[in-house]
Amino acid sequence: MDISQQLQEQVASALAEHRPLAIMGSGSKQFYGNETTAKEVLSTARHVGILAYEPSELFIKARSGTPLDYIESALAERGQMLAFEPPRFSPVSTIGGVVAAGLAGPARPWWGSVRDHMLGVTLLTGFGTVASFGGQVMKNVAGYDVSRLMVGSLGTLGVMLDVTLKVMPRPEYSLTTALEMPIEEALEYVIALRRSPQPISACCYFDDCLYIRLSGSEARVYEAYSFFGGDEVPEADQFWQSLRNQTHEFFHQYDRPLWRLSVEPATGTINRLDGTILMEWAGAQRWVYSNMPVNIMRSMATKQNGHATLYRGRLPGVGSFHPQADAVQQVQQRLKAALDPQHIFNPGRLYKDW
Amino acid sequence: MVDTHPNKAKLLAELATVLPARALLTSVDELRPYECDGLTAYRRVPMAVTLPETIEQVQAIVKICKHYQVPVVARGAGTGLSGGALPDENGIILGLSRLNKILAVDTRNLTATVQPGVRNLAISQAVAQHGLFYAPDPSSQIACSIGGNVAENSGGVHCLKYGLTVHNVLSIKVVDIHGELMTFGATTYDTSGYDLLALMIGSEGLLGIVVEVTVKLTPKPKFVQVLMAAFNHIESAGNAVAGIISEGIIPAGLEMMDNKAICAAEDFAKAGYPRDAAAILLCELDGTPIEVSEAQNKVTKILSRHGAKNLYIAENDQERAQLWAGRKAAFPAVGRISPDYYCMDGTIPRKHLAYVLRHINDLSDYYGLGVANVFHAGDGNLHPLILYDANKPDELQRAEQFGADILALCVKVGGSITGEHGVGHEKIDSMCVQFNTESLQVFHAIKQAFDPEALLNPGKSIPTLHRCAELGAMHVHHGHLPHPDLPRF
Repeated sequence: MDISQQLQEQVASALAEHRPLAIMGSGSKQFYGNETTAKEVLSTARHVGILAYEPSELFIKARSGTPLDYIESALAERGQMLAFEPPRFSPVSTIGGVVAAGLAGPARPWWGSVRDHMLGVTLLTGFGTVASFGGQVMKNVAGYDVSRLMVGSLGTLGVMLDVTLKVMPRPEYSLTTALEMPIEEALEYVIALRRSPQPISACCYFDDCLYIRLSGSEARVYEAYSFFGGDEVPEADQFWQSLRNQTHEFFHQYDRPLWRLSVEPATGTINRLDGTILMEWAGAQRWVYSNMPVNIMRSMATKQNGHATLYRGRLPGVGSFHPQADAVQQVQQRLKAALDPQHIFNPGRLYKDW
Repeated sequence: MVDTHPNKAKLLAELATVLPARALLTSVDELRPYECDGLTAYRRVPMAVTLPETIEQVQAIVKICKHYQVPVVARGAGTGLSGGALPDENGIILGLSRLNKILAVDTRNLTATVQPGVRNLAISQAVAQHGLFYAPDPSSQIACSIGGNVAENSGGVHCLKYGLTVHNVLSIKVVDIHGELMTFGATTYDTSGYDLLALMIGSEGLLGIVVEVTVKLTPKPKFVQVLMAAFNHIESAGNAVAGIISEGIIPAGLEMMDNKAICAAEDFAKAGYPRDAAAILLCELDGTPIEVSEAQNKVTKILSRHGAKNLYIAENDQERAQLWAGRKAAFPAVGRISPDYYCMDGTIPRKHLAYVLRHINDLSDYYGLGVANVFHAGDGNLHPLILYDANKPDELQRAEQFGADILALCVKVGGSITGEHGVGHEKIDSMCVQFNTESLQVFHAIKQAFDPEALLNPGKSIPTLHRCAELGAMHVHHGHLPHPDLPRF
């Protein structure tokens, strides 16, 4: 169903009356980021439908309200996938929300991020217009890369009407091996692994065990498995899906805030970090339940050239996202002001003050 | 030379206070080598060329230029093909070639941090000892610099599998128009806030000056194989490409050449290409020997199914190199059969390949100019080489019009006017074909946020609304929609 006309009218009237809008797909990521101060909801949930999908051209174009589930089923029928493995928090999570949040799953270090797969976007702009960027081809360097700029912007720069994403063939075969070892050893082991061309598609450390998923042709996977050894994990797909969708028992703790630390992959163990830890992305993404003060969490991440997101469990006076260097923040604010001059799109959602 | 800028003397005097004499060129003889980049049809002599040796000098230059409202055109190695580094007569060139050091190689995080003037290939050479490489490999990689690659979002033969510059650069240091130094991106897998790194990559020097680049390093594949297949029909070759991709195979490289390109390359490089083929495909597969041999079996079957008449599989490294030699020499080879050639860079959805090539041939007849086609078939990036003679009165103009028509055709079938060479000076009018007023308005808003006085590379990449409106009016009013007798597509 195409409700772009209706959405455009809502934006036009919001612009005319300086009324900020809370842009929402299914609402499955309302827990993530800061709460917007806007009260009026603009919902893309009924703006649905796959506009173009051509397996041999490796792209799919869909209206922003199209459920992720629906898109992934269509891709699976043709042996393809969204290689960045976005989390599915709800059966009705929308593709627009996937792009706006920019969250990627276990395969991210090997198969790429959401923005790596972003090819095109049609936007309702802060000028009340409809504008298109990018397209369906992988190589396209005409104009600024507005499509990729949308990834992770949490709806603060415009309303996405449709998105075009690169799709990839699903690997023929996958196998997961579990290697029991202490964390320090696991981190060094992973650093060495990344230096050789292995068919790794996911790697996490939890409960004293390093889990490595191998994906590719069956022969190639077994060739790599004979090199790694370890115990083949049964029902491994369920395990990775539970990490991807955050249904794994680790994510079922609600007594403390959940932090997401994004650090350099070769970062060692962080001694000062207390709390329960799950390590993904070969060490680069660390999930931590902790009551430690926000400034300590953030300075620990900064020391590893990274950033700390207050992922779940809002705290009074604490912004969800890591503050930026002053000069960079000024550029970001100027960009926001230039593209959304009346500040009507999700104010406060990304950073509280703007 | 006439001093056109009222503050030229003051500007030069002030630049001289922040730069050593060797880093400031002002005489016409010194300026001449900077009058054009790889798009040699357009030349302008700048007021001055600055060749800073430190980031502080870059900041100082930019601040002085901003103060005097003098345009700043950044330049890397000057190999760009779209005139992105074409000087402004009232501006200066900010050449980054002397910032040419590899600052750090981190084999634990698999990154290399380099200055913008470092050559693309030099990065791979420096990390080869660790079994690593920097994946994007534009054909000019022996000469082009990484800073220029960032400005253009350069591709290359292997980007089908390994991605473009945007997928392989982790962070950059940028000096903005205020002279402020800042970092976009990080050596982590993501950053907080807007993805300004993605916005900077491919922005052609309009948003800031790149002064340091941290790239991702990739482990080198253990084994590489190259196959060549010849076809009697372009259509079959195009279908074979779609067949390979839709069966889940992503080759390291997948290149196509048409008959004119085959013959030119064969005369020049003796690669062993069949001269009677309508098209050949070169397919490179990499991985472990097991992986490659599996993919090779599949690809061979797909190629045969689509009517490949001869299929040649390289037996050893020497034969692999020979198969590539023809493709890599295609441009100079075409240069031998024509006094000049004009290299285009459109991208199309693969399925329209045969249709587009047919129409390019029609246009070739219409304009009376030959064309040889070399094609990064795997990712739909077409490089028609239009043959012309600059010494004949109107041939350059006809070649450019022919080129613009090809680009309009690419947009018409759902593609883009540039896949990897950038818009620069060359394709500024074709931007009006690809983007409407609404999209251009957003581009101008972005520019406004970074460089409100439009001092960074003015007149390139993004046309003004006025320019597009005038072009549109011209096309309509004068029936200049060139050659109304030609079918429009």
